[in-house]
Formats: sequence, structure tokens, C-alpha cells
Amino acid sequence: MKRLPLWLLGALLLGGIVHLSTVLAMPQAATQDAYSRLARLTPVNKVVPLPPPDARAAIMPFMDPAFAAAVCRYDLSSGALKLNAPVSQAYTSVTFYTRNSVAYYAINDRAAGRRAIELDLMTPEQHAQMPEDEDVTAADRLIIESPTTTGLIVLRALAPEPGAMEKARSSLAGARCGVEVQAQQ
Amino acid sequence: MRLFVGSCFTLLLAAAIGLGATWLTLSHGIAFGSLTIGAWTAWPKNGSVDIDPYARATIARTGELPIGAGDGLAFYAHTDDAGNTFDGRCTFTISGMTPAARYWTVTLYDPEGRLVANKIDRHGFTSAEIVRDSSGRFAINVGPRARPGNWLPTGGVEQFVLVWRLYDTPIGLASLTSKEGPMPAIVRKGCS
Repeated sequence: MKRLPLWLLGALLLGGIVHLSTVLAMPQAATQDAYSRLARLTPVNKVVPLPPPDARAAIMPFMDPAFAAAVCRYDLSSGALKLNAPVSQAYTSVTFYTRNSVAYYAINDRAAGRRAIELDLMTPEQHAQMPEDEDVTAADRLIIESPTTTGLIVLRALAPEPGAMEKARSSLAGARCGVEVQAQQ
Repeated sequence: MRLFVGSCFTLLLAAAIGLGATWLTLSHGIAFGSLTIGAWTAWPKNGSVDIDPYARATIARTGELPIGAGDGLAFYAHTDDAGNTFDGRCTFTISGMTPAARYWTVTLYDPEGRLVANKIDRHGFTSAEIVRDSSGRFAINVGPRARPGNWLPTGGVEQFVLVWRLYDTPIGLASLTSKEGPMPAIVRKGCS
């Protein structure tokens, strides 16, 4: 039993490795993360309104009930994605999440500075392949690079009071996302 | 024989330590880089690519989508200013100042992030709809029984969480070190 401290030390070190690797593997192993939950309810590359959360049911925990929300579950494997979201009267935001729920970009109506939030979403490879002259004409096009091929775009419109919820919902209903058709010029 | 027993013992203990630590940290929602003001705590990095591995694992497990840093910032409170855990059978008042933001919302959830059922279907307030006094200040009564003014019903649940979300706010990563504030004060008034 003289070796007991040594065995314990070994167990502690191994335990630390087990702990770190399980934490790091969790996002890949999760089956109840936001993307998996939405994958069951939404088609790909299309803006779909989300049912508002209530006490009986909510798609995700900690959703803000003051907001109307819609989601575009994207897949960039067939090309870059165009997003167009009209802004509502109160406050509108668009947040981009990777496949593993990391919010890598978010913009609101004021930062967009227009009547609609218009963006092009693409993978770094697709961005690199863009013709240079197109890059110049695209000066006023906002280009976002997605770290993952699939992910989520969540559009949110605030209803400052409950009576404004219909308005917020109808403004989101005008939002579109879709894969760009490759036009040869 | 001794070697075999020792290895088995070590491996089992390692698995227990490792998985136990993972379960503990994830169920307690450990994350780094928090910003605490009074009873309120926010994790500004959770809304960006700088989110730490523990927070990543936590949101993967809960299914939550954190609010993006360019959108806003969410402050969570589990206790009042004195450290009393939020009990739905007690009455709390929230009053005071809020940091600069275009809009804010305050929402009451159960600890799992679900809205709490109540008779008037009220789960929170927005900065636009809250009733203020002539000087622009507000007070919110959080409790099981109806109150005049801004009443946020708890539905009598055993435990609840308040989330204060600031939208289009200058507070965030850049101001982590500076003394921010103020956030509304939370005081327990009594329990039934």
C-alpha cells in the first residue's frame, strides 16, 4: 500500500484529462443543442417564423418573449446565401450562429442603417473565390464569412408592448434567405 | 495482481473524477469573464467567438442560443442584493437605474429557462411598456400575489431566475474592466 499516493496522483491526472476532453467534446456530441432542435422543425435555407415561447412550450430555453423570432437554417455547401430582412418600427436584429451555437456575428437595424438588413453569407473559401471586380462593385454589400458550412441565422423583432407583436411578426414575415444563383456575366 | 487492482482502481477513480467534474461545472454553468453588477451577472464573451469551452459545452447541453454581442447583453440574477435566493412565494421589488440601452426587457424564468405559467400571462416587461413615476423611475413588484403598478407574477414557483436584457447597448467587451452600472437594485419584501 506504499504505492497508494502514486495511484491516486495518476487517477487525478487521468481524471483531469477525462474532464477536459468531455467538456471539449460536448458541443459535437450534443443532440439537444439549438441546431438539432431547429433541424426537426425547419427546412434548409428558408426563413421560418418560430412559435413564441410560452409557459407550456418553447423551442429553446431562455427565449425573450418580447420578441418575434424567425430562423434561417443555412447550408452553404451549394453556394453563398443572400439574406434580406426588413426592419420593424421598434428594433430588429440578426444574429449568426455556427453549427455549434457560437454567435459569430450580430447586427441590428441601426448598425445596418437602412430600411432593410441585407447581407451575403459565405464560407471563407467562397469569399476567396469571388472575382475581384465583383468585390469592388460589392463595396456596399455586407459580406459575412461563416466559420462553419451549416448554421443558424436568427432574426428578432421587438414588440415594445404585447399589442405590437403582430406588427413585429409581419415585418419578419417579409424576410428572405436563399442560395444565390450563380450568374455568369 | 497488485498492479491489476491498482490500475483498475486508478482508471475507475479517474473516470469518476473526470465525469464528476464535467457534470458539476456544466450543471453550475461555469463560465469565465463575467461582469457582475449588484445581483446581476453577464458573460459578454458568450455572445462572440471568444466564448470559452465551458460556456460552449453548457449551451450545447441546454439548447440555448446566447444573445449576440452586436445585438445586446443579458444579465442573470438568481438572488436579491442581500443574497436571498429567488423564491416564488416571496415578494421582491426591483427599482433603480438601468445602463444605457435603446431598449431593455426583464423576464422571469424557472431555473431551466422556461416561462412560468400565471393567470395574467405576464412573463416580463419591456422598457417601453413599464409604468414609470413622474421622474421617470420605475419599480417592479415580483411576487405571487397581484400588486398595483408593475406586477411580475412568480406563479408561486419554488425558484426563479430574472434575466435583464439590454439591446443596442455600448456595454460589452470593451467596458469589461471599467466600472459599469448601475443595474436595478433587488430587495426582498417578505414571504407568504
